[in-house]
Amino acid sequence: MARDDYEIVIGLEVHAELSTKTKIFCNCKTAFGARPNTQICPVCTAMPGALPVLNEKVVEYAVKAGLATNCEIERNSKNDRKNYFYPDTPKAYQISQYDKPLCIGGNIEIETSNGTKKIGITRIHIEDDAGKLNHDDLGGGSLVDLNRAGVPLIEIVSEPDMRSSEEADKYLKKLKSILEYIEVSDCKMEEGSLRADVNVSVRKKGEKAFGQRTEMKNMNSFRSIVRAIDYEAQRQIDVIEAGRKISQETLRWDEVSGKTFSMRDKENAEDYRYFPDPDLVAIKLSEEYIQNVKNSLPELPESRKKRYLEQYNLSEKDAKIITSSKYLSDLFEKAGEISGNIKAVGNWIISDISRILNETEQDPISIPFDAKQLAELVMLIDKGTISSSIGKKVLEELFENPRSPEEIIKEKGWIQISDEGAIKEIVLKILEANPQSIADFKAGKDRAIGFLVGQAMKETKGKANPQMLNKMFLEELNK
Amino acid sequence: MDITELTVHELQQKLKNKELTAVQIVKAYIDRINEKEPKVDAFITLQLEEALKKAEEIDSKIANGEDISSLAGIPIGIKDNICTKGVKTTCASKMLENFIAPYDATVMEKINAEEIIDLGKLNMDEFAMGSSTEYSYFKKTKNPWDLTRIPGGSSGGPAAAVAANLVPWALGTDTGGSIRQPAAVCGVVGLKPTYGLVSRYGVVAFASSLDQVGTFTKDVEDCAKLLNVIAGRDEKDTTSVDVGKKDYTQSLGKEIKGLKIGVPKEFYGEGINQEVKNAILNAMEEYKKLGAEVEEFSLDVAELSLATYYIIACAEASSNLGRYDGIRYGYRTKNYNNVRELMKNSRSEGFGEEVKRRIILGTYVLSSGYYDAYYKKAQQVRTLVNNKFNEAFKKYDVLLTPTSPTTAFKLGEKSTNPLEMYLSDICTVSVNIAGLPGISIPCGVDSKGLPIGMQLIGNKFSEETILKVAYAYEKQTKFRENYKPTFKEGV
Repeated sequence: MARDDYEIVIGLEVHAELSTKTKIFCNCKTAFGARPNTQICPVCTAMPGALPVLNEKVVEYAVKAGLATNCEIERNSKNDRKNYFYPDTPKAYQISQYDKPLCIGGNIEIETSNGTKKIGITRIHIEDDAGKLNHDDLGGGSLVDLNRAGVPLIEIVSEPDMRSSEEADKYLKKLKSILEYIEVSDCKMEEGSLRADVNVSVRKKGEKAFGQRTEMKNMNSFRSIVRAIDYEAQRQIDVIEAGRKISQETLRWDEVSGKTFSMRDKENAEDYRYFPDPDLVAIKLSEEYIQNVKNSLPELPESRKKRYLEQYNLSEKDAKIITSSKYLSDLFEKAGEISGNIKAVGNWIISDISRILNETEQDPISIPFDAKQLAELVMLIDKGTISSSIGKKVLEELFENPRSPEEIIKEKGWIQISDEGAIKEIVLKILEANPQSIADFKAGKDRAIGFLVGQAMKETKGKANPQMLNKMFLEELNK
Repeated sequence: MDITELTVHELQQKLKNKELTAVQIVKAYIDRINEKEPKVDAFITLQLEEALKKAEEIDSKIANGEDISSLAGIPIGIKDNICTKGVKTTCASKMLENFIAPYDATVMEKINAEEIIDLGKLNMDEFAMGSSTEYSYFKKTKNPWDLTRIPGGSSGGPAAAVAANLVPWALGTDTGGSIRQPAAVCGVVGLKPTYGLVSRYGVVAFASSLDQVGTFTKDVEDCAKLLNVIAGRDEKDTTSVDVGKKDYTQSLGKEIKGLKIGVPKEFYGEGINQEVKNAILNAMEEYKKLGAEVEEFSLDVAELSLATYYIIACAEASSNLGRYDGIRYGYRTKNYNNVRELMKNSRSEGFGEEVKRRIILGTYVLSSGYYDAYYKKAQQVRTLVNNKFNEAFKKYDVLLTPTSPTTAFKLGEKSTNPLEMYLSDICTVSVNIAGLPGISIPCGVDSKGLPIGMQLIGNKFSEETILKVAYAYEKQTKFRENYKPTFKEGV
């Protein structure tokens, strides 16, 4: 397979649910997880005669997203109807934006293994989400839950600028981070509040024209997106190499088999019959309005990173890790402030916290403990109440069952042994058991000290004060 | 005294003077309905017991000296496409045969706030699509002036009910002439306000950019009074406009001397019945006698508007009626194996022929590849029509035209010929296309004794002007005193 001859071209359409309190066209609540059909009204259930009223917050949030991704904001925008029949779509049309989206022509920068790259944003528009179908195992039918119908979405359409699954992954993560920073979406992928349609095509390297693309709809995990892109690109290459043509179709990615399946081909493509929604008036934004939204934007990851380099002397790499997520970054600043040792907080985040998140495939936002608890952990170590190796155990405990670290160490009996008499007893015991190490030390091998301290830590299950151990071993050996 | 002969302003006077009670009024209407409704078939749902109960409550409030609205106790009829909480709102469709509205339309909240008593829901063409009320799924309403003839449409129920004294006044809706044309052929006053003057919230949408709630009344004064009740910006309808609180009765009786009335000759040319033409010529003479300056001029919008209308209205309808899918409410087919079939068969079985015809037409004009040729073109023509009216209103205060090209035609005469039926709207649709106010008032009868209506068109939000001009004519000609419906079969 001549994979190296080919270039993969990827474009993403990302849907993010906006975190407004009420829906886009009515006053119903948007909270996730409520009992089915408890957050509905005549408007979002499309009762005869009901009319939409555009939630101004939705426009504001979309403009924020546009400004944060370097888009132009359209002064004259409008809502259009996208007509299609589906049981989760009560009006039989989605109110979206067709030819005059709120934001156009932006970009965001990503860091790839080949350096910095700009990914173009074609447009950002607002629209309403559909309801949900719950398949009823007992009755054999489906039940419609309209709580989500009318939850506001922004759709962020990228240019076909990405050339690998890695770039797509970086782009998505960066976009997610920006949306979290400006607090327009909670981006909880597992709740479906961030999902992407992935367009993939391949072409021979050097070719100018794009290849025929396929689209994978509604993907909501970074890992699946990467896998799906790699699979689909290879599938397309195989098809082309076999002398056949790629057909324009919508695909479904199956996580279990790791394959894509055709949902709809071009022949069966929907004609959405877009037209301006006559129930809504044009959206006109003044310069003053746009300036006000601009002024209200919070600090974005780039400038936060810059600040960390200067203010806290963090390395470029560490600052990047911390600012990659608003949640991590906020945790860093808050715990740093409470504990008075931001350096130590930073180290926890960069090393152990990041490691645990990676291992458990969790988002920073799902960290169960708060800044106060992390700060307490740092302070306990600084005071010498626990050792840093106990600290690691406390952190794991915080992920498992978050509560006050003070409580954890009391409950687990992890308080550090700093009593001189007790330490001396341990030191003598270890020395007695390790005559070889004494001989090594006397022969000039300083490393033997490390081994002895390690043994002592093992003996005390990490509770002994390591500095004291070190000091006392030296004293005893030099006697 | 026949209570049901009285106008609302006369009833108000008698209520105020304690010559009549609300119960007496409602009872008189119940008797009248019992007598005439079997002949006219204007209602889909009657609410007579509830109405009587409300009348009793209002009388006791009056007896207790409570401060109540001056319209409290006055009955009304409501076209069946306006949502009334807890009451069937069917749009005269099998699709909504058993649909009970879970909320009140904004206009109903206003009616209820005045303690006006709803006697029931009135017949119409299914989803307001038609000009004869023959496309109702439930029944054919008859014209009280000749029971073998149509009452016009789509608001045939409200028009016939007011003409037959089954209600003193009624609310209707007008998308292309659905208030004015039935008002004309039933010999009553019908007003379609400026687009945006009255809230559409809770009014079952046919064509959102054209629909407007309006009034059926016995005379122009009642028309102004009912407009006072329903007009006003509604935050639930972003297309509604705030023009400030007005009392539309204020301008009535003011002089029209020197007022400029333009008569567009294209509106009474080919296709307009000669007797209708003559009535318009007579009306022009009356206005001259009243001191107005009346002038013929050219306004080439009628035909353009008709074509534009059927594209825009059908396009919007095809989308607005998508929600009737058998999933959440309304008719659901028994014949399905999967959800596609459920939706498809519910719609195929639940909608009537004319509704389906317009949905198909609308779907077609919005389809990719046809959008530019039809929908986009229609919007351009719409702008053109607007501009032509703007030009006309630089010269004239109001425009005078026939309302309908003919008087009431026979039941069944056009119901199988959609194109001919569509021509019934030729004089009225341009007013909707341009979003202007239009009023139809009676201006005589033809040789068969069937009423003829004339239409006065005003500039946007100039309801006061057209009401004043209509009132002056009405006072001069006294149609109601000279002519009454006969309830005969065949004239």
